[in-house]
Amino acid sequence: MSGVLVIAEHRRGELRPVSLELVSAAQAARRAPADTVSVALIAESPEPLVPAVSVAGVDEVIAVKVAAQEFDPDTFEAVTRALIEARKPSLVLVPHSIDGFSYAAALAARNRYGFASDVFRFEYQQDLLLATRGGYGQKVNVELDFPGKPVVLLALRASVFKPPEGAGTPRLSSFAAPALHSRLQSREFIELSAGDDVDMTAAEFILAIGRGIGEEANVAQFRELAETIGATLGCSRPIADAGWLPKSRQIGQSGKTASACKLYLAMGISGAIQHLAGMKHVSTIVAVNADSGASIFSVSRYGIVADIFEIAEALRGQWERGQ
Amino acid sequence: MKLLVAVKQVAALEEDFEIRADGRDVEPEFLVHDLNEWDDYSLEEAMRIKEAASVPVEVVAVCIGPEQADESLRKCLAKGADRAIRVWDEAIAGSDPFAIAQLIAAVARRELPDMLFAGVQSSDHAFASTGIATAALLDWPHAAVVTQLSYSPGARSAVFRRELEGGLLHEMQIDCPAVLTIQLGINTPRYASLRSIKQAAAKPIELLSLAQLAVPASAVGEPGSLSRVRRMYVPERGRAQMIEGGVEQQAARLLQLIRELAGART
Repeated sequence: MSGVLVIAEHRRGELRPVSLELVSAAQAARRAPADTVSVALIAESPEPLVPAVSVAGVDEVIAVKVAAQEFDPDTFEAVTRALIEARKPSLVLVPHSIDGFSYAAALAARNRYGFASDVFRFEYQQDLLLATRGGYGQKVNVELDFPGKPVVLLALRASVFKPPEGAGTPRLSSFAAPALHSRLQSREFIELSAGDDVDMTAAEFILAIGRGIGEEANVAQFRELAETIGATLGCSRPIADAGWLPKSRQIGQSGKTASACKLYLAMGISGAIQHLAGMKHVSTIVAVNADSGASIFSVSRYGIVADIFEIAEALRGQWERGQ
Repeated sequence: MKLLVAVKQVAALEEDFEIRADGRDVEPEFLVHDLNEWDDYSLEEAMRIKEAASVPVEVVAVCIGPEQADESLRKCLAKGADRAIRVWDEAIAGSDPFAIAQLIAAVARRELPDMLFAGVQSSDHAFASTGIATAALLDWPHAAVVTQLSYSPGARSAVFRRELEGGLLHEMQIDCPAVLTIQLGINTPRYASLRSIKQAAAKPIELLSLAQLAVPASAVGEPGSLSRVRRMYVPERGRAQMIEGGVEQQAARLLQLIRELAGART
């Protein structure tokens, strides 16, 4: 068994960027020139997606035509399994994304492949594959191996591996999807309805609040502070889930990406990995948190361990006095 | 009709902790246990379906864990679960999500629920895998990260929305019985009343062994897992430059940073 099989992710006719990150990861896992990197495009209409995955480092693009128009866990599981049986790769890479959540563990469980999810680093030491992921709320790293597993499936964390630069000239092949009956049907996509007209992706200065604000009545204090200092008010998931701020202000994996942000002032945000996913483009992060062990401090440029209400009040007071 | 809710007792680290002598986990005395946050939402979703149903619905909570996990199951009972099942055997220690899924699947084969809910992931190890692996072992349809659900107990299909990256929602229909992993925010979990907490303390928790589930010891723990922990360690991390001093000094430095970096008008 040799070679790396990458399962590309796409949505509504467009390749998801994480697919190319997997290509880079696959290249790094190549142990010998004979180790090929194959990218599978499982889609109703794979051809239009071929140019997008024809990047440096891809040896082969495998087009698999399926009936499902959009992602469907049963289809992806059945096709990936058939590909593994036909091609016998030793390593299979899928994104640890929402789609990945939906089928990777099922695929591994049914076929007893070696498996780990949310992997952010992996390497071969000779023939021994070592994968690293976080544990205990990302406070520790956990290094795993896969004894006795000829096929290992890794679901890789997004935004860790850099996409390859430059085009490639992979050979194109097609693969017949196995007969399958999906038990799910796609109905429609619904865009996040704008709760207000704010565009977090364009905001250059964001004041984001999290669980640390405690209760809804405290939102007002931070809204006023944001207005005073000229920041756009954002939040982490618990605040939007509670309905204290509209969903359109949520920063994170399932919310918005702060893609234009120069300064991100995080107050009372612990720094869950899903929230950090929305802050990856921020130039400078300043975190204020009462817990000196909060993981937000490990990604911030500046940190203040203090009561967020006291800092908010002092900052506003000084600002208004023009100090 | 029956809804099975798979819950986990998660472990958080105390501020200072030590790695076990074998280097493969944290010393247990430094762990603080609680019911996984996601599971609060999946239990609540089951409770809401039960309460809205026109037919009798039983909500059963199942947890794979040692005796201390009873605490988390009592929380589920206090919030309205009708029954609680705990599965344990020393051989289960060190199981990965796949080995745990085999046990949950075995419980599901015994209980024959109409639907199985699990949290999207656990707050400690965040594999986001156990529920979906369970579905595969049962050969049930499955979907992950459900933020909205329309389901009547006994119905042959359910309609749900899953939450994609960037806030996009995807509405799908799924055949039942199915396994759904439930996302935070799908509902607002209730608080247990003092009275129900007291009542829950007196309710029995059914304890099942590997033998009762007909699962061999070789199918769980490390031998039954799809990966093996080689080592656990505290990573070298970047650390923010800390702004020290009293609150007024800290705020003054923060104000300065905002003026420099945000180009804000003052």
